[in-house]
Amino acid sequence: MAAPAVSPVARPGGGQALIMRRGPGDALVYLALAGGGGLVAFPFVWMLVTALKGPREIFELHFWPQAPTVANFAQVLGATQFPRWFLNSLLVAGITTLSAVFLDSLTGYTLAKLRFPGRGLCFVVILSTLMIPTEMLVIPWYAMSVRLGWIDTYWGIMFPGLTSAFGVFLMRQFMHGVPDELLDAARIDGLREFGLFTAIAMPLVRPALAALSIFTFLGNWNAFIWPLIVIQTPAMRTLPVGIALFSGEAGSAWHLIMAASSLAVLPVLAVFVVLQRQIIEGVVLTGLR
Amino acid sequence: MGNDTEAASSAGLSLAARRALWAYAFLAAPLIFFVIIRLIPAAAALFISLHRWNIVSPQRPFVGLANFREVSSDALFWKAAVNTLRYALTGVPAQLLLGLSLALLLRRATRLRGFFRALYFLPFVTPVVAASWVWQWMYSPSFGPLNRLFDAVGLPPQAFLRRPDQALYAITAMVVWEYLGFQVVIFLAGLDAIPAVFYEAAAVDGAAGWRLFRHITVPLLNPTLVFSAVYGVIVYLQLFTQVLNMTFGDQGGPLGSTMTVVLYVYIQAFQRFRMGPAAAATVILFGALLVITLLQLRVFSRAVEY
Repeated sequence: MAAPAVSPVARPGGGQALIMRRGPGDALVYLALAGGGGLVAFPFVWMLVTALKGPREIFELHFWPQAPTVANFAQVLGATQFPRWFLNSLLVAGITTLSAVFLDSLTGYTLAKLRFPGRGLCFVVILSTLMIPTEMLVIPWYAMSVRLGWIDTYWGIMFPGLTSAFGVFLMRQFMHGVPDELLDAARIDGLREFGLFTAIAMPLVRPALAALSIFTFLGNWNAFIWPLIVIQTPAMRTLPVGIALFSGEAGSAWHLIMAASSLAVLPVLAVFVVLQRQIIEGVVLTGLR
Repeated sequence: MGNDTEAASSAGLSLAARRALWAYAFLAAPLIFFVIIRLIPAAAALFISLHRWNIVSPQRPFVGLANFREVSSDALFWKAAVNTLRYALTGVPAQLLLGLSLALLLRRATRLRGFFRALYFLPFVTPVVAASWVWQWMYSPSFGPLNRLFDAVGLPPQAFLRRPDQALYAITAMVVWEYLGFQVVIFLAGLDAIPAVFYEAAAVDGAAGWRLFRHITVPLLNPTLVFSAVYGVIVYLQLFTQVLNMTFGDQGGPLGSTMTVVLYVYIQAFQRFRMGPAAAATVILFGALLVITLLQLRVFSRAVEY
């Protein structure tokens, strides 16, 4: 994110100085930010301290684990198909992301850069699906999956995520910024239409592609209502469904529930720490168009 | 297009026609997908809402608006609808207010701004199901840290998720936690987009502090505020995952106090196999979301000029 431009006229007490004022108020600002940060971070701390406690210790009054143990993690990994759920989620989110990013960009490019009869109609068809909430579709999807044998299959879990109308709109917006002159010049140089898309247009919208990839992946990684409906056997569960049903059966074994939650949360946090700039800038890029 | 004739003679088709063919080839797969996976199922939901169907029986008699009448006379649906509005009306203002306050504070912090922004953003990327169970454990009446804190400062212990008058707000707090960082990032971008000249001009006229905020920041931040409010309302109207997981053993919470429209649909359709009424409830939800989207388009079509 670009820093706000520095005012060319440095007027004491005016302009930027008003917003960027330093002084005794600064300490209060940092105090408030740290307090808020502590509250936001607390659930993570509580999750980890519980995950490191023994089965009896979680009902005792002290906050920190007296004898930290990783036995809970071993027990979760041993008693459940957690590694399988993790791989299922990776597979489902990976394939849907590749598919959606490719198809959404190609559709966005075609709608923005090629002229053809029926373009308006195609646009309206896709636009109209943006307003349909997933919850309205799960009952017909379920009926369709029962009839076509898609229940409890990877295809059944994945098909709703293979493209997204939101992605099409986002990419169409960014593809508008690809200069026509550049495409025409490449055409004269003998590039085919598909080559124009992959070699000219795609590299120019890379930031949007990165943002779309991250959010499509996160969305499919977290998808819950449809996988919960379509998955029937423990081996097919994605991570969210696995965690929910495992925790539901674990009763008051909170040390195990928190260990399972930690196993789901920590990899995501690790990725976030590495990619946090791109992720946050992606929100700005996509959220505000 | 001087070489149109040349291309036409070599390929038998005009350049424009060839390009159109490419366009249709590119759009074929996505269009088929959108029609089969989105449009036809949406029409099917409407169809199911007008028929009686329990998924196993081959008979699907047309029943007109009977499903809608049934849903609208079901006290649990009304409870779910009122709860859903209550979630939206508490959660959205809370996250707008907190998000704007934190964004304004962050703008005054020159150091560690990136660190705090990332910290607040963490819950937004945290897997929702896992986070819901963590919050359920935080709200544990006997062993959770919240009641220990209450005890330490001399407040009586609370039942949180187990009390009909608290459970909904306990869940709302979790959802606000989840979306707060997103809101902060959106507000920071909105605040950055306000040109500094406005502040300078107002400062020359003697405005400062609250007046600057009230007469410069708020009006110029209006598009961001509208976007955030609409986005928030859409999120809260579709609340499901957090509610199902935070009141897992007692779906819909004590006395149905945390039940939402989507959870109602899920229970009707996939636990009671009453597809007709469930589909009718989704059609009602669709109508509500459509109205909000159209209102948003109207607000946004008014040009915003700085």
